[in-house]
Amino acid sequence: MTDATNTGSLYDVDARTKKRNAAEKRFRIYGMIAIGLGLVFLVALLSTIVVRGIPAFQQTKLTLPIALPEETLDKSGVRDIEVMKKVSTFGYNPLIEQALADALDANGIENPFEDAKGLKPILSSSAAAVVRDEVLANPELVGTTHTFEILAASRVDGYLKGRVTRESVARDNNIDAAHFDVVDALRDAGIIAKGFNFDFITGADASESRPEQAGIGVSMLGSLFMMFVVLGLSLPIGVAASIYLEEFATQNRFTDIIEVNISNLAAVPSIVFGILGLAVFIQFMHLPQSAPLVGGLVLTLMTLPTIIISTRASLKAVPPSIREAALGIGASKMQTVFHHVLPLAMPGILTGTIIGLAQALGETAPLLLIGMVGYIASNYPDGVASGFLDPNSAMPAQIYEWAKRADPAYYERAWGGIIILLVFLMTMNILAVILRRRFERRW
Amino acid sequence: MSFAKLTASTLAIAAMTTGVAVARDQVQVAGSSTVLPYASIVAEAFGENFDFPTPVVESGGSSAGLKRFCEGVGENTIDIANASRAIREKEIAACAEAGVTDIIEVRIGYDGIVFASQLNGPEFTAFTESDIFNALAPKVMVDGELVDNPHTKWSDFNADLPDAEILAFIPGTKHGTREVFEEKVIAAGCEATGAMEAMIAGGMSEDDAEDACLMVRTDGMSVDIDGDYTETLARIDANTNAIGVFGLAFYENNTDKLKVATMSGVEPTTETIAAGDYPVSRPLYFYIKKAHIGVIPGLKEYAEFFVADEIAGPDGPLSNYGLVADPELAATQAMIANEETMN
Repeated sequence: MTDATNTGSLYDVDARTKKRNAAEKRFRIYGMIAIGLGLVFLVALLSTIVVRGIPAFQQTKLTLPIALPEETLDKSGVRDIEVMKKVSTFGYNPLIEQALADALDANGIENPFEDAKGLKPILSSSAAAVVRDEVLANPELVGTTHTFEILAASRVDGYLKGRVTRESVARDNNIDAAHFDVVDALRDAGIIAKGFNFDFITGADASESRPEQAGIGVSMLGSLFMMFVVLGLSLPIGVAASIYLEEFATQNRFTDIIEVNISNLAAVPSIVFGILGLAVFIQFMHLPQSAPLVGGLVLTLMTLPTIIISTRASLKAVPPSIREAALGIGASKMQTVFHHVLPLAMPGILTGTIIGLAQALGETAPLLLIGMVGYIASNYPDGVASGFLDPNSAMPAQIYEWAKRADPAYYERAWGGIIILLVFLMTMNILAVILRRRFERRW
Repeated sequence: MSFAKLTASTLAIAAMTTGVAVARDQVQVAGSSTVLPYASIVAEAFGENFDFPTPVVESGGSSAGLKRFCEGVGENTIDIANASRAIREKEIAACAEAGVTDIIEVRIGYDGIVFASQLNGPEFTAFTESDIFNALAPKVMVDGELVDNPHTKWSDFNADLPDAEILAFIPGTKHGTREVFEEKVIAAGCEATGAMEAMIAGGMSEDDAEDACLMVRTDGMSVDIDGDYTETLARIDANTNAIGVFGLAFYENNTDKLKVATMSGVEPTTETIAAGDYPVSRPLYFYIKKAHIGVIPGLKEYAEFFVADEIAGPDGPLSNYGLVADPELAATQAMIANEETMN
């Protein structure tokens, strides 16, 4: 002790100790502020997403009895399906408008417009297709009055959700405040109501003029097929590469270069893989554009380094004593790896794979370049081969596409899509955590 | 080993799926992002009304679409290219080289280009071509002299316009809309203000003066937007004093945020554009490969359906969305029925 002259009690805090304690206190406060800020941002982010996205899971529908007169729908009079098909959706529109006008009469609501056609802005243009499909599937409905559930137009939907107001449509050519008066009366009469929107989760994308009909289902399938490709290719290739590098390869300059490059690849921006995919898979190999197969191949390239790095880390974590014991009782090197090392490393490998897949699922940038953005995903794939090869979109690409569209109703859909994507990502991450907790062994 | 099996079967599946030659049964369309909303509306209605599958519509820009269109004939090439401008001679030549010789040109209608600003912003309600030229050209006429553009406020050159900083968001050069903006607004203003005459008088050849008339100032008061109209809208939202260039359909879907300005006293509506009164409009097209008609099921039906009166006519869904119906639609319908190609 240099401070031999200090005669005070050890319990008296001297100036230097005070300073050190104060520094520690300050550091703790900084830490708490950092965590607090992080939490605030997280809460702000999640609450914005939920507040803006939840309306997409509700949809306004009308329950209307629609008269299906024989003279307009079946000129043959004998329910000849070919003759009935000649009546296009444009022939069905007046029937639906008339049905709505009749419903107004029946409930004592005044129609502020000259005729039934004035009510058109309340109805979605998808209504005619719903009625036509039903009639063609059940020709015996012609001549009767049948009750249909049809979608309301996106602006009416927005009005019931509070997104559209009477003020905001003052300058709108598509709809008037008078329509909203009718909607209010219809809601009181129980004809128009909001309900859970299953079609948003299972449905196909729609054109710009009917956001009320758009769903994320088809692009969800696109993402699913892409994930099949990613899993099917990157897991075996990644695991084989890491086992070879970790267990069999001799350490020399060549393997060093490979190792450095794998680490570098993991840091390459994903858009670079998109350009590579465009050049190699589409322009050189002539694989179909916008196909989930190509998307999957590109994302495989992106996911491989992640899987290789995590696999190598979990192989390394298996203690050498396991290998030595196996070798000691006469197992070959391959038997050692496949019977003992790999099963022990499996939880780590699976965790890495799931995290890599989750990353690939949310990736948009590489998909921009291979034509999966800017595509209207309106057809369900009709089989496994078509699922891989027919043009499709992917969930993040679909969200991007919706955010770009002119009608503000699509903006709401984009937020709703984000919620679905986040649910998928969270499920995958939770699965990874559970696998790790369950099966990981500590040495 | 289960791993070896897994790997082998994965590779086998991958090889099998890539090896399958797909006989295409749906129409494939690519091209202009301006035409995309219209094409997707038609494709959707087509899928509902016919037994053919819904056509596949992709965007990517007029030039990119026509490039893919000209790659050749066959099931692995697209059938229709959408374009917000007419096909160029160079592209026809490229097409011919790849064996795409018989092309049917279909004009579907007209699209208006409008100037809009924040609903609660300054009173940008009436412009002329000269105003836009005076605000955005690099060289303008001041007191009879051609000088570097000194204007920083709209009121600097037209006392009727608001006393607000000039800031305009215009489509980037990759957009077909930019070409129309330059030719119908900037160049028209260049002539109207006498700047073009002054350039020729100053020793420029007529061609050079015409090119110089298409220039836009680069000092930050005019900003190119390479993205979509949604991006322009976001910029307008953030800048009270800014004006932006939009398509008529986009404006009509966002009337709660934007107010539109008249051009030379004419308000942009589908009626004024159809009558030819509103000056800034352009035709929209799609191009069909004649060789694919009869090979790809539903191709001709799709084209006929697109220009049918109930779709592209004045009361149809396209016109409701913002397309200005073509008064010569009947001629177009006859042309598709007879499969008349361009010469």
